[in-house]
Amino acid sequence: MHDFTPISSLAGGALIGLASVWLLAADGRIAGVSTILHGIFSSPQDRWRMAFVAGLLLAGFAWQAAGAPVPLRAGFSPGWAALAGLLVGFGTRMGSGCTSGHGVCGLGRMSLRSLVAVITFMAAGMVSAYVTRHLLGVAS
Amino acid sequence: MSKLASALGAGFLFGIGLWLSGMANPKKVLGFLDVAGDWDASLMFVMGGAVAVTAIAFRFVLKRPKPFFSETFHLPLKKSIDLPLVAGSAIFGIGWGIAGYCPGPALTALSTLSAESMVFVAAMIGGGILHRLTEAR
Repeated sequence: MHDFTPISSLAGGALIGLASVWLLAADGRIAGVSTILHGIFSSPQDRWRMAFVAGLLLAGFAWQAAGAPVPLRAGFSPGWAALAGLLVGFGTRMGSGCTSGHGVCGLGRMSLRSLVAVITFMAAGMVSAYVTRHLLGVAS
Repeated sequence: MSKLASALGAGFLFGIGLWLSGMANPKKVLGFLDVAGDWDASLMFVMGGAVAVTAIAFRFVLKRPKPFFSETFHLPLKKSIDLPLVAGSAIFGIGWGIAGYCPGPALTALSTLSAESMVFVAAMIGGGILHRLTEAR
């Protein structure tokens, strides 16, 4: 198992958790990124969603400005990226959440609904990664 | 104003957490999802660290009468385990396993200006709009 990073992953996870606690304590909102993203389009008058997404983007720029490693991959085709994005966008709306809303926040609230969602998308993700990488030979 | 500033700050902290943890690196995410490859268990620690914090702190937060900058807590109301929940989560998981991006990491990865992140995010927004159109029928 190479690339195993338990310390930075645990620390990064704790920051994600803290950010979610902050958003709930300050603004009374669940930090579910898919729901926030699509809310920008369904209720554009609530500008906090745009502010949250702007914060996500700024973090990426700040991370790179600080000289921290940004792993870019080559050879992942735009067609697969488009198909994957479409599935993620549609699926997270149909299932009312993603890794953050159901995972970080839903599990934190002890929601059975979120537990079912997390088990489902983890399992589907593992099957999908296996099929695309090993059976279809998609370079990623 | 304070509400917007705090949402911006929360998004920023969330984003730094994504980068530090490795979630914003699709290769690392796929290294976790692909259990038949050279399996990397790191992402278990991301979810573990995040949920350890929310599971403890949410209890205290939700005991407060209201949030600092808002009148009420906006919590999900649905409780039922239904077909859209399971089918939607499965569709999401399939896309996640193809690209290694879930919504948060994809958005913060836009900062790299990579073509794959831009195509992915545009399609993800399109997928959400497509779902809204099918719901409206």
